[in-house]
Amino acid sequence: MSIIDCKHLSVSYEGRTIVSDVSFSISAGDYLCIVGENGSGKTTLMRTLLGLKKPDKGEVLFSDGCSVGKASDASHKWVHKIGYLPQKSNLQKDFPASVMEIVLSGTLNDNGLFYTKKEKKKAISAMESLGILDIRKRSFMELSGGQQQRVLLARALCATEDILFLDEPVAGLDPKVTQDMYEMIKTLNEIGITIVMISHDIEAALEYSNHILHLNKDMDFFGTTEEYKKTELCEHYLCHIPDHLHHDDDCEICKERSHV
Amino acid sequence: MFRIIAEMLSYPFLVRALICGILLSVSASLLGVSLVLKRYSMIGDGLSHVGFGALAIATAFHWAPLAVSIPIVVIAAFLLLRLNENTRIKGDAAIALISTGALAIGILIVSLTTGVNIDIYNYMFGSVLAIDKTSFWISIVVCIVIIVLFFLFYNRIFAVTFDEDFTKATQAKSGGINLLIALLTAVIIVLGMRLMGALLISALIIFPALSSMRVFKSYKRVTISSAIISVICFVVGIFCSYTLSTPVGATVVVTNIIAFLIFFIIGKIRIRKEP
Repeated sequence: MSIIDCKHLSVSYEGRTIVSDVSFSISAGDYLCIVGENGSGKTTLMRTLLGLKKPDKGEVLFSDGCSVGKASDASHKWVHKIGYLPQKSNLQKDFPASVMEIVLSGTLNDNGLFYTKKEKKKAISAMESLGILDIRKRSFMELSGGQQQRVLLARALCATEDILFLDEPVAGLDPKVTQDMYEMIKTLNEIGITIVMISHDIEAALEYSNHILHLNKDMDFFGTTEEYKKTELCEHYLCHIPDHLHHDDDCEICKERSHV
Repeated sequence: MFRIIAEMLSYPFLVRALICGILLSVSASLLGVSLVLKRYSMIGDGLSHVGFGALAIATAFHWAPLAVSIPIVVIAAFLLLRLNENTRIKGDAAIALISTGALAIGILIVSLTTGVNIDIYNYMFGSVLAIDKTSFWISIVVCIVIIVLFFLFYNRIFAVTFDEDFTKATQAKSGGINLLIALLTAVIIVLGMRLMGALLISALIIFPALSSMRVFKSYKRVTISSAIISVICFVVGIFCSYTLSTPVGATVVVTNIIAFLIFFIIGKIRIRKEP
């Protein structure tokens, strides 16, 4: 059963079209990777799905009956609970906040103004499952990049049991930490949380996801990862990575090498 | 020293200024943490100029100062917030535009009507005599309301300040928090302006938060410590202003500068101690 249905979605920013005519659907338990070059509209698309940006055309339908469309208000509200891991560059680097304060703030969608025992328990179990319980009293800004991402992931987990939106969760992390992060996300997917992830890392996208959305302003591909691997698009994209080189006469990298 | 304090407390107007100032300092510094972290410090400054313009108009037409200036400054706060949300750079310029514009209109009206007299001077730089009985009670009630609202919405204010996008995307009731912050800021500025001065009131909002951020690294500690710093600075400031017969607004700001320097040095020493 699809939980999100996106129909002919077009979004613009200050009069410039960023995303045009994108249609896809996400089912419960999916692991969808949104891939594409810089400036292809990945983040804009995600912000539209989250209701942070109003689409120009088309609509997004949720299984619970909510929708984001031109007619409706951009600040639609899910009945569904969602978690979101924003791009790290959006956050302030010198914000004084402890890990516990940040993770707890994810539980706030459970109405109410103050944290009860239930919320504290939830935050602690989220931190425990991501291995950051021991640093809960430390200041966020003093942590390493990998630890900060875990804190933000724990906060996102506090906000949802259903679906996580991740905007480049491994940007700027070293290879070991990146691998850990991917494994963690995989585990979350295995316990039933739907994952929608923007990624620059096509290799990891192919390895972990079961659906791929390839954006290039308009939608170049949407389907299962297996189908995507067979497309020229994928080969072209992978061509930038020497290990995945498909060595034939058209290969740009081979041509370059033969010149040297 | 105790003799001087006893002497100060024997003047009813000074007692009013002291109580009012302490409550103002607490509420201004609580809001200040959020404003500074949201990069809205300049909004506070812009609003105080708008407040000056509004007070000048009210004086010229013999209207009740608070009744005129509170709604005007609240409207200006909403406008500035809107502009700031659209694009950052334009919002920045808009603040400069609105604040200098309001100041100019205020001065113009003043010179066309009453002329620059002691009232206007007091609006700009503050006066310990400004708190009469009516504005005393209004300030007390409003400050208590602000402090209560801040505690009620503390967790939501933190969430919006730390990451507005996440909060908007995941929470049903996040939209009003920015408006709440703007509204409370506008009210605090108008109330504090007559004691501290239109040109100096934003210091009461910004300094304590910046000082405590030098040393403390969690939101709760920064909030609590900035309220404490703010009250201490105000009390020391008003005491010095009485003994040295200096203007109260400027003296409180200078005390805040000294507190900032102390916290700055403590912060530096702490960093050096850690490996």
